Amino acid sequence: MPLITYRQALNDAFAEELTRDENVFLMGEEVAQYNGAYKVTEGLWKRFGSKRVIDTPISEAAFLGLGVGAAMMGLRPVVELMFWSFAYVGFDQIINNAGCVRYMSGGLINVPMVIRGPANGGTNVGATHSHTPENFLANTPGLKVVCPATPYDAKGLMISSIRDNDTVCFMENTLLYGDLGEVPEGSYTIPLGVAEVKREGLDVSLIAHGRAVLTCLAAAEILATEHGIEAEVVDLRSIRPLDEETILNSVAKTHRAILVDENKPFCGVSSQIAALLAEHAFDDLDAPVLRVTALDAPAIYSMPLEKLQLPDAQAVVAKVLSSF
Amino acid sequence: MARKLSKPSQSKKSAPKKAVRPVVSKPKSQAKPLSKATPKKGGKKPLPLEKAPAKKAPSAPKAVLKDATKTPSKVDFSKSPFNASLKPAQKIGYLREMLRIRRFEQQALKYYNQGIMGGFLHLYNGQESVAVGTASLMNGHDEIITAYRDHGHALAVGMGMNECMAELFGKGTGCSKGKGGSMHFFAPDKHYWGGHGIVAGQTPLGLGLAFAIKYKKINGCAVAFLGDGAVNQGVFSECLNMAALWDLPIVYVIENNGYSMGTSLERSSAVNGSLAKRAEGFCVEWATCEGFDLYELRANLGAAMERARKESKPMVLEVSTYRYYGHSVADANAKKYRAPEEIELYKSDYDPITRWQNQLLKEKTVTQAQIEKIDDEAKAEAAAAVEFGIASPWPSEESIFEDIYHEVDHKTEAGQTGRFFFSE
Ligand SMILES: Cc1ncc(C[n+]2csc(CCOP(=O)(O)OP(=O)(O)O)c2C)c(N)n1
Ligand SMILES: [Mg+2]
Repeated sequence: MPLITYRQALNDAFAEELTRDENVFLMGEEVAQYNGAYKVTEGLWKRFGSKRVIDTPISEAAFLGLGVGAAMMGLRPVVELMFWSFAYVGFDQIINNAGCVRYMSGGLINVPMVIRGPANGGTNVGATHSHTPENFLANTPGLKVVCPATPYDAKGLMISSIRDNDTVCFMENTLLYGDLGEVPEGSYTIPLGVAEVKREGLDVSLIAHGRAVLTCLAAAEILATEHGIEAEVVDLRSIRPLDEETILNSVAKTHRAILVDENKPFCGVSSQIAALLAEHAFDDLDAPVLRVTALDAPAIYSMPLEKLQLPDAQAVVAKVLSSF
Repeated sequence: MARKLSKPSQSKKSAPKKAVRPVVSKPKSQAKPLSKATPKKGGKKPLPLEKAPAKKAPSAPKAVLKDATKTPSKVDFSKSPFNASLKPAQKIGYLREMLRIRRFEQQALKYYNQGIMGGFLHLYNGQESVAVGTASLMNGHDEIITAYRDHGHALAVGMGMNECMAELFGKGTGCSKGKGGSMHFFAPDKHYWGGHGIVAGQTPLGLGLAFAIKYKKINGCAVAFLGDGAVNQGVFSECLNMAALWDLPIVYVIENNGYSMGTSLERSSAVNGSLAKRAEGFCVEWATCEGFDLYELRANLGAAMERARKESKPMVLEVSTYRYYGHSVADANAKKYRAPEEIELYKSDYDPITRWQNQLLKEKTVTQAQIEKIDDEAKAEAAAAVEFGIASPWPSEESIFEDIYHEVDHKTEAGQTGRFFFSE
């Protein structure tokens, strides 16, 4: 299988879907002629032209809303946010319109749109550019939220998201765009709502999404070699819909759960997983559910301190050891 | 200045620094006014309106749209290309539609006041001509969208009174199955995209409708309505820029009823002449017209929609109109932030339905007896809709989790993987 970057995997997904379905179009700031602020859409404007790959003004509320309106009419917009952090100026359009219009119309309308872009801290760009709003969005029934960790997942989940008939908030990560992984050529889909066990183990379940999955894999390696602990790593991949079965099966096997989350701790994604485990895995657990999350402060600029703010492998290892 | 009842109208020469309400020549009362209001007799004549710069003849629609400074000539809008060939049946149809909206809302008001409807009820009484005029101009490929004052647009595009009334009662037979309520009526099959509760939140959706029309090469346009208060939302400015930048076929109709809740236009907007004029800053054509007269509305909006369709260009059309009731029925101050006399004046002299009746009587298109029959039918239909609404069942409890995700509703593969709803 070819080894390509996370960025290229997404780019391939767009190219394939733009080719397959003429209702698909890409839109966002700098996505066309500039080739994308993070070069995720590189070459697509040249190949598909200005009708299908569209540069917008810096007007998130308007172009997100435009996407919703166009999707109501049957088009399939893929709207890039240069950063998910910028969604906040267009939040009304995402929550009230994309998220609620189907319900309020009694099912007469659906909004087949993908909103995508990077949502991560860790790049020293300060609090305004480091938000991870997956918890906010997943809090809205009507929206779907996807956070791929690997190039393979990025492509398969993106193709599924574009073909999905509901609005999918697709969260990428600038720190992952350059990561290499094996990705098949041609189209394939990964269903939303299906987690993946990325490493099997019997002693403890590390449950994560997005880049935190990679942190968990690194921690699992250390736990195995240095501490003789076999950690299982569960990659949620999709936050809503959520694959609870895979989570519960893993915890039933390992009897321990450590939740690793670059989201903030308060009402974060890990809070939801913790509630799930409290309700449905209580009898399986040999130790309290513990969490390693982003520190509960706005993202700091200072380079070494920002590193401290996000979960790293050492922090995960320490938390795992504390549970035994 | 607008709406100051005791002041005489200002000289035309004074620079219109404040918002302008175009002057309306008072119709000679022929038909019985619909409202119970009795026009004031004797005493100081209320002159609430400032003179608008007159418009050019509608036979040159483009000029009507743009030029608001030329010779003040009395324009006969019935001769406009959009009106000249109207058949009597069509004209009577418009009267019927306006009456249906009014009678529908009056019934709704009655039951809302009895406490058996929930939420808000934003009545469209007084503004009916705008929705009916718009619907009458839709070509089968045009798409419309509005805010929460949406009953009129819904009925005008052909939604049934029963489904609309049932929605107000929160019943499962409602147009949104009881999930949307008064502010959220939709009928995509009738090119009507709602019904939106967030002020100006619908303006970029309208842009999306226009975008899709252009993308799919459809011979149509989008018409998006917003209020005089909604123009101050940032997203609307973003929309104007993008509409012009991308040549999108959209007409933004500002239904200027003079107030956003309890705040008069003068207190909410910095205006030089008109709200529509702001469009200039975005290279969007604009025009103003009165909404009290159906011919005038159709002439101006018809030209704007035609231009949007033919040239794929946006336009802002500001329509002066008036709402009789409070912002919503719950607006206890409806008569405090504006003089009761002002409301009565609009009811007695500017009512769009009375005006249209007078017009049709004058043209001998209808007789008073016919009008009464149409009105009786509208009343009966509205009363029957109430019965239907009250008799209808509540939505089922299971329906709470329906109509959230398309994939779940349709039991597709994508709707079966993972958990979608998290209540225990
Ligand atoms: C974003 C937002 N802010 C405030 C409100 C509350 N609100 C509803 S309608 C309204 C007044 C709007 O007036 P206008 O745009 O003139 O429309 P009209 O009610 O006159 O039709 C306000 C403040 C809201 N629904 N949404
Ligand atoms: Mg208003």
